Amino acid sequence: MMSGKEYTTFMDDIIVRTVTRLMVPLILLWALYVLIHGAGGPGGGFQAGCVLAAGFILYALSFGLEKTKSIMTIKWISLFSSLGVLIYAGTGLLPLFFGGKYLEYGKIPLINPIKASEYGIEAIEIGVGITVMAVMLSIFYDLSTERED
Amino acid sequence: MIWAIDIVLLLFIIILAIGAVLARDLLEAVVLFSAFSLLMCVIWVELNSVDVAFTEAAVGAGVSTVMMIAAIAKTVRWEEP
Repeated sequence: MMSGKEYTTFMDDIIVRTVTRLMVPLILLWALYVLIHGAGGPGGGFQAGCVLAAGFILYALSFGLEKTKSIMTIKWISLFSSLGVLIYAGTGLLPLFFGGKYLEYGKIPLINPIKASEYGIEAIEIGVGITVMAVMLSIFYDLSTERED
Repeated sequence: MIWAIDIVLLLFIIILAIGAVLARDLLEAVVLFSAFSLLMCVIWVELNSVDVAFTEAAVGAGVSTVMMIAAIAKTVRWEEP
């Protein structure tokens, strides 16, 4: 996908590069909007993770896999894919220390318990989003890397 | 929910699905399947389930198309007769 002579002309296309340069920040910002507003409106952790991964994949398609791998390295991806699970499980386990059940955020002693529930849902969504983004990107990397054997 | 728009969208979806199944060129089939996902996303919005439409647009039309094209790039483009 990334090697071969006929694809280099596509990579050097100025329209593709300019549109990607303009669109990728907007896509990533939109993903963060979806992530934060997931509790109240349409959207959520999974959708935001998919949109984040789609932004990085668009970057990889127009600027090459190597440049994307130097920005979002495999080390960072494996860190993120476990960090999201850690955020989810940690937020879920936190009410256990205040006498609640697993994922019962209302028991966390903030100023008012309604806000505590809202913040708990947001933390869960952030964890899901990070993990989905990392796993989608790692699948894409594995599919588009040449196997060396 | 407007039934005339629904009928037209569902008709397009059936045409696209049959085209994607019958296509010998696998790249053509992937592009038809991507268009199928896009129209399916419009139908989900029409049915007032914006969450599902969101997932369909991001996963179905975006990421899975790229992954299937990557799979074609690793294998062959033409279906064997």
